Amino acid sequence: MGSIGYFIDSLYAYQYLQNAMIAAVLVGIVCGVIGCFIILRGMALMGDAISHAVLPGVAVAYMLGFSFFIGAVFTGVLTALGIGYISQNSRIKDDSAIGIMFTAAFALGVILITLRRGTGVDLWHILFGNVLAVSQADLWMTFWIGILVLISVFLFYKQLLLSTFDPVMAVAVGLPTRLIHYSLMLLLSLVTVASLKTVGIVLVVAMLVTPGSTAYLLTNRLPVMLFLAAVFGVFSSITGVYFSYIYDFATGASIVVVASILFALSFIYSHKQSFLTRFFRTGKVQEKAKLIN
Amino acid sequence: MDPVVKVSDLSVSYNGKNVFEDISLSVYPRQLVGIIGPNGAGKSTLIKAIMGLTYVNEGQIEVMKKPVEKVRKHISYVPQRNTIDLDFPVLVEDVVSMGRYPHLSWWGLLTAKDRQIVKKSLKQVGMYEYRRRQIGQLSGGQQQRVFLARALAQEAELFFLDEPFAGIDIASENMIMDILRNLRDQGKTLFVVHHDLSKAGSYFDSLILLNNKLIAYGKKEDVFQVNCLKEAYDGQVTNISEKNNFVVVNG
Repeated sequence: MGSIGYFIDSLYAYQYLQNAMIAAVLVGIVCGVIGCFIILRGMALMGDAISHAVLPGVAVAYMLGFSFFIGAVFTGVLTALGIGYISQNSRIKDDSAIGIMFTAAFALGVILITLRRGTGVDLWHILFGNVLAVSQADLWMTFWIGILVLISVFLFYKQLLLSTFDPVMAVAVGLPTRLIHYSLMLLLSLVTVASLKTVGIVLVVAMLVTPGSTAYLLTNRLPVMLFLAAVFGVFSSITGVYFSYIYDFATGASIVVVASILFALSFIYSHKQSFLTRFFRTGKVQEKAKLIN
Repeated sequence: MDPVVKVSDLSVSYNGKNVFEDISLSVYPRQLVGIIGPNGAGKSTLIKAIMGLTYVNEGQIEVMKKPVEKVRKHISYVPQRNTIDLDFPVLVEDVVSMGRYPHLSWWGLLTAKDRQIVKKSLKQVGMYEYRRRQIGQLSGGQQQRVFLARALAQEAELFFLDEPFAGIDIASENMIMDILRNLRDQGKTLFVVHHDLSKAGSYFDSLILLNNKLIAYGKKEDVFQVNCLKEAYDGQVTNISEKNNFVVVNG
């Protein structure tokens, strides 16, 4: 237990560790919440795609010196539009369109970044995060993106729920389902930007999909699922940063491993649960059968 | 009396293949309209076209004398059950509450009156006791009643139901049919996609008989004739009794 004390002392002592912790907690909440909708819409691959597609935007932003926030949103949304366009205007299926577009964008991003080698833009840090370099400005950006996402989900909860659960009825009653889809892609790009330093582009999808799936196995209500996903996201972040600090692991990977372990536990628990209910039910049926005979 | 739905020269194609061509019909209110025909005849596509959910190649559709976009609130839709993700984390009462969404503003929350309507709709289909269940935990018939309750909660004028009786128990079927008749008697107009020929004659007031074109449309007595049905079902129809009971014979 000494290491927990040591970790807490370090947390008081070092600003960079505090920033890392706050950023990771914010990312845990935001990814968990938006991830629930990604899961329920069957868009896990799309989440992976948009997060990767952010790379060329980030690279260009670094090169030209504007906020990578704008670059990321631009290429993220552009890729989402491209995927939609290809799958609607050709025989190519959705998942192939996603595969084509995001790898194209990602490869372009890698080329752009390697072009600028030696200028302080580290590809490794963009891909896998560098949580110990979270600046005050990064923190504020993550904070405001988080607020935007949470407010959007809160305000448009009805529209998100209906268009996710029954897209046909959503169109039938006049909801702008396309606008909702692309707004969600926009939020996804923003969330990726917010997670850039913490988990990096490559592992963002885990923070989107894993805590939400963990929650999905444990509840039958969307509001509870959203809440639990945020809780699991935060728990993974805190625990992940802790292990990363104590044992000197890569932080993003450490957070994702914790999230995955939580998922495994919830999977086993929900399996056991359904196994037990089935066991008791069949048990009861057998008892009844005995009584009748 | 004005028609509640007026379709003129409607053609729809999908991936370059015609689903149907040149359909024109006017449907007057206070009716139960059955849409029948073999698999792939374009039954679901016709209701989706009327609701403005599919791309229409040619033709005009007027609903309550307006383009459908203007009257969406007054149209309720009961989907085919197998198109819904039944593992979705929603409870029965959440699903029925969705029927109230068209009446709420973009940011608005359910009011006490909305909740009252949801409760009433649930009671009408006999599902109030199940309101806290997740929808996947219900039987097929119960799920279908929940989706009907959602349509009731919307308080629409026009109802479109896509195969509501597919794979459900007879008690639920009878209950749903009673509710649909009741709605008709209140002056509503209901379109029901249906493939079971044996009950079509007793369930509906009018029939739309489709097989990649409009074969017949009118009062059920006029449409439910062996020659029309034979044309729709490619001759595979026989009359099993004196009282116009038709069945489709395969092969």
